[in-house]
Amino acid sequence: MIKEYLTISYVAGPLIIVEKTTDVKYQELVEIELSSGEIRRGQVLEVTEDKAIVQVFEGTTGIDVSDSKVRFLGKVIELPVSLDILGRIFDGSGRPIDNGPQIIAEKKLDINGNPLNPYARDYPNDFIQTGISSIDVLNTLVRGQKLPIFSGAGLPHARLASQIARQSKVLGKEEKFAVVFAAMGITFEEASFFINDFRRTGAIEKCVMFINLANNPAVERIITPRMALTCAEYLAFEKNMHVLVILTDMTNYCEALREVSAARKEVPGRRGYPGYLYTDLATLYERAGRIKDKKGSITLIPILTMPEDDKTHPIPDLTGYITEGQIILSRELHHKGIYPPINVLPSLSRLKDKGIGLNKTREDHANVMNQLFASYARGKEVKELAVILGEAALTKIDKKYVKFADKFEELFIKQSEDENRSIEESLNIGWQLLTILPIEELKRIKDEFIKKYLPKDTLKDEKINAITR
Amino acid sequence: METGKIIKVAGPVVEAEGLRGAKMYDVVKVSNQKLIGEIIELAKDLVTIQVYEETSGIGPGEPVFSTGMPLSVELGPGLIKSIYDGIQRPLDLIRLSKGDFISRGAEEDAINRKKKWDFEPVLKKGDKVISGDIIGTVQESSIIQHKIMIPYGIQGEIEEIYKGKFTVTETITKIRDRQGLLQEIKMLQKWPVRKLRPYKEKLPPFEPLITGQRVIDTFFPIAKGGTACIPGPFGSGKTVIQHQLSKWCNAEIIIFIGCGERGNEMTDVLLEFPELIDPHTGKRLMERTILIANTSNMPVAAREASVYTGITIAEYYRDMGYNVALMADSTSRWAEAMREISGRLEEMPGEEGYPAYLGTRISSFYERSGRVKCLSNDDREATLSVIGAVSPPGGDLSEPVTQNTLRTVQVFWSLQDKLAYERHFPAIDWLTSYSLYLSQLSEFYEKEINKDFIELRNKSMGILQQEAELEEIVRLVGVDALSTHERLILETARSIREDFLHQDAFDEIDTYTSVKKQFLMLKLIILFHETAEKVIVQGVNIEKINSLPVKSNIIRAKYIKENNLKKFSEIEKEIICQINSTTT
Repeated sequence: MIKEYLTISYVAGPLIIVEKTTDVKYQELVEIELSSGEIRRGQVLEVTEDKAIVQVFEGTTGIDVSDSKVRFLGKVIELPVSLDILGRIFDGSGRPIDNGPQIIAEKKLDINGNPLNPYARDYPNDFIQTGISSIDVLNTLVRGQKLPIFSGAGLPHARLASQIARQSKVLGKEEKFAVVFAAMGITFEEASFFINDFRRTGAIEKCVMFINLANNPAVERIITPRMALTCAEYLAFEKNMHVLVILTDMTNYCEALREVSAARKEVPGRRGYPGYLYTDLATLYERAGRIKDKKGSITLIPILTMPEDDKTHPIPDLTGYITEGQIILSRELHHKGIYPPINVLPSLSRLKDKGIGLNKTREDHANVMNQLFASYARGKEVKELAVILGEAALTKIDKKYVKFADKFEELFIKQSEDENRSIEESLNIGWQLLTILPIEELKRIKDEFIKKYLPKDTLKDEKINAITR
Repeated sequence: METGKIIKVAGPVVEAEGLRGAKMYDVVKVSNQKLIGEIIELAKDLVTIQVYEETSGIGPGEPVFSTGMPLSVELGPGLIKSIYDGIQRPLDLIRLSKGDFISRGAEEDAINRKKKWDFEPVLKKGDKVISGDIIGTVQESSIIQHKIMIPYGIQGEIEEIYKGKFTVTETITKIRDRQGLLQEIKMLQKWPVRKLRPYKEKLPPFEPLITGQRVIDTFFPIAKGGTACIPGPFGSGKTVIQHQLSKWCNAEIIIFIGCGERGNEMTDVLLEFPELIDPHTGKRLMERTILIANTSNMPVAAREASVYTGITIAEYYRDMGYNVALMADSTSRWAEAMREISGRLEEMPGEEGYPAYLGTRISSFYERSGRVKCLSNDDREATLSVIGAVSPPGGDLSEPVTQNTLRTVQVFWSLQDKLAYERHFPAIDWLTSYSLYLSQLSEFYEKEINKDFIELRNKSMGILQQEAELEEIVRLVGVDALSTHERLILETARSIREDFLHQDAFDEIDTYTSVKKQFLMLKLIILFHETAEKVIVQGVNIEKINSLPVKSNIIRAKYIKENNLKKFSEIEKEIICQINSTTT
C-alpha cells in the first residue's frame, strides 16, 4: 500500500521537504498531487528517519504546504523500453509527445544504470568516416568514443552534429545503426532543425528523441540525458545496434545541476557549480563505449556552448578531462565564412591512433596528420609574427607557410554541408597542400610515403579551383 | 557482529546509530545488500559512514553491520597481473559473477583461495626470525619471485617449516614466539590501507629511475625512491607519459592506479601490457604489473580509497626488496573525491571547497615513497617511487591540488598545452620543469654513462634558456637583428627540441631510448654546435651550415637501433668533416 503524505513543510526552488515520513529510500521516485489534481514527479535527494528532501522535476510552482499530496512510489526512475521506441519522440522525462501510443515495455530499466566494469570494455578502434576532412584526417572519430563539440553561442554546432549523424559510417560494413538524441534546454528552432533534418533524410526511423526545451522545467534536464543513455545502452548492448548519441546542450544540464545544488545550500565549487560536477558528468559520459563479445556500441557526441568561448570554464574543462578528446569550434573561422569552423589545433581525438593506418584508413594517415598539424601550427605562428613585424620581415620559407595555412583553411577545413568526402579524398587534399612546402620541410613523413603519395607538381591555382569546384 | 540502524542517507554518506564499539575507519556493511562502507566520523552513538557503492534504494531503518576491522588489503601471491577496483575487488572475477556492469554488493576474494603455490623455504627449523624476515619464496609470475615474510609484530624461533604446494590460507610455518605461544604463518596477510608499512630506516636516493624518455632521463630525472608530479591541462599527454613510464621504467614492480579516469584508458593498458615486451627482462610487461582501476563512473568513495590500496600493495613488494614504481592517474580526482565527501559531511571548506586537511593527506601519501632499509635481519634495501598526475582545472597551476603537490614532490614535469598543439610530445616544458635530484644523481650519470654527461646536459639547457631570451628579441625586431652566433644558437636549440626532446611514443624504436644513446644523440647536436661556432668566426655563412647534408643524419639519429650505436661515431666524424669543409 502506498502511503499518501500531506506533510510538506518547506518549499524552495526545485525542492520540497516532506515530514513524518516512514520507509522512504534514497533516490526513490515521488509523485506530488497538487490541489488542482495535476501530478508532478520528483526524486528523493536526502532522507532521514522522519523527513525526506525531494527534488521536483517539473518545478514547484503551484505546490502548497496544506493541500498538496506526496506519494513515495517505492521504485527508482525507470524507462520502459522495446524496439518500438525507434522513430519516436519523447519529452525530457520520457513521455511520448508525437501523438503516438504509449510504449508497451519489453522491460523497464533503471535510468541511473550501473558502472561498466573496466575489465569488460573493449577498446574502440573502428574508424568512423564522417565525411568531414578536419575530423576524419586530423581528429579521427572511432566507434565507442565520446567526443564532445565545444562550441559557442551562435556557432553552427547543430549543423555540424546533424552532418555527422547523417554521414557517419564504418567503411566496408553494413550494420544496424541508430541515433539517440537528447535535447536539454535548447530552443524550439534548434530542436525543430534536428527533427526536420532527420525527417528530411529519413533518419528519423532510426532515431529516438528526448526533447526538453528552453521553457520546459530546468530540473527535468537532469534526467533527460540519463533517459537517452539508458535507451542507448538497451539498443546497443541488448539489440546489437551501433548507437550514436547526441546530447545538446550540456551547459544547460550543468546549470540545472547547479540550481538544485544551490537550493540544497551545498558548499559550491568553482563558479558555483557543485563539487561533484566531475563525478556527475562522468557517470553520463562513461556510459559510452564497447563491450567485449557484444556487437553493439555507443558513440557519444555531447555538445556544449562555452560561456564567453572560455575553454577553462568548469563545464568544458571537466568535460575535456572525461571525454576522449574534443572538437573545438572557432569564432574566427566562422567569421571568415569557413564551414565547419573547426579549430583543428586545440581539437583532439585521443583514440585516433588505434583507428587509423593500414587496413583502417591508409598507411600514410598518421604521418600526413602530424605533418599537417605541425605545418599549420607553424603557419599560424608566422602569421601572428607578420601582424607585428609586417609581411616584409618574413623569410621566404615563412611566406610559404603563410600560404600553406591560408590554403589549408580554404581547401581542407572548408567544405559544404552536404559534401561527404571519403578518407582517400581528404588525405589527397592534404598531400596537395603539402606541395606548397619544400620537400625538406616534410620532416614528419617517412620517405617511402613521400615517394608514393606526394604529387609531382606543386599546387597550381587551376588545381585549387578543381578541388573547390 | 554488532548491528546498527540507518537514520539518514545523503548520496554516499550514511548516518547510523546503535553501532556500539565502532572504531574510526572500521569497515561496515550497509543494509541487507551488504554495501561496503567505512566509518569516517564518530559521535557518541552516531556514526557517519562513507559507502563505497551507489546508495539508491537504501533508506532509514535498514541495518548496518560492523566488521570490527579497518579497510585492509589482502597481501600474498596472486597479486601480480590482477586488476582491482579501489577497494581491491578483482574486476575480472566480478565480471564473471555479475556480468558486464558492476552491480551492487559484489564480493569476491582479492586473492585466489584455491590456487596452490609452490613454497620453497629458505630458512629451517630452529632459525630465529623477526618481523620482515623472508622465510621462503614462491614463483608468482615468470619474472617475479614472491617472498613470504614474517608478518609485522611476530618474532621467535621456527618450530616447523614446510615445503611443497599450499594455498594462501594453509599454514607454511609455525613459530614459537617469546611468550612461548605457537604462531601459525600463512602466505595470506592483511594490512590496513591507511597505515604505512614500517621499515627499519629511510635512506637518501642515489640512483635514477631510468625511463627511456629523453626529456626525463637527461634533463629532469627522477631517483629510484623519489617522487614526481605531472600537472597539465587535458590533452597535454599526462596519461601517455604515465603509460610510457609504466612500460619502460626499470623498476621491478609497477603499480598503476587509474583513479577517477577514463574506462577506455584502463582497457588500453589491459590490452596492451600483456602484449608488450619489457626491454629489461625480455618478458611480458604484465608479468610485473598490478592494476587498480576505479574509473570516473565508479563510486566516488572507492576512488578516495584507491590510492591507499595501491600504495599499500606497493609497500608490500618494496618490503620484499624490490624496486617498485607507483603511478597514480590522477591525484586530482582523488582530491576531488575527498572534497565531495567532505562536502557531504558539511565540513568547513578550505580553499576552493577542498577540505582543510588536503595538504596533509597529499604530503603523507607522497611521503610513503622512498629508498629504505627493510625491516628484517638481512638489511636489504628497496625503493618505492611515486609518480602522480595532476589535472589542474583549466590548466591553472595555482589551484590547491597542484600547489600542495609541488610542496612535497622533488620532480616537476610541467606539461604545456601549447607544446601539445604543436604535436611536440612529450609536452614537457623544458624551461619551467625541474628535478631536485640532479645533484644527487650526477655522480651516477658521470660514473655509469659518461664523465661529460652532466656538463653536456647543462650546456644544452643553457642553449635552450638562451633561445627563450633570443625569441623575445626576434619577436620585437625580427630575426635579421641577430648576430650569426645568435642565429646558430637558435638553430641548435631548435635541433635540441625537435631532434632530441621530441619523442614519438608510438614509434617502435623511438618509444624507448637507453641513456647511453641519449648521451650520444645529444652529443651529436652539441658537437655540431661547437664545431660550427669555430667556423662562423671565420665568416662562414649560417645558411651554408644549416644546409649541410649531415643535419639529416642528426634528425634521423633517433631511429638508430640500440644495437647499432657505433653508427654515432661515424656521424660525429662526418659532422666535423662537413663543417670544416665549409671554410674552403
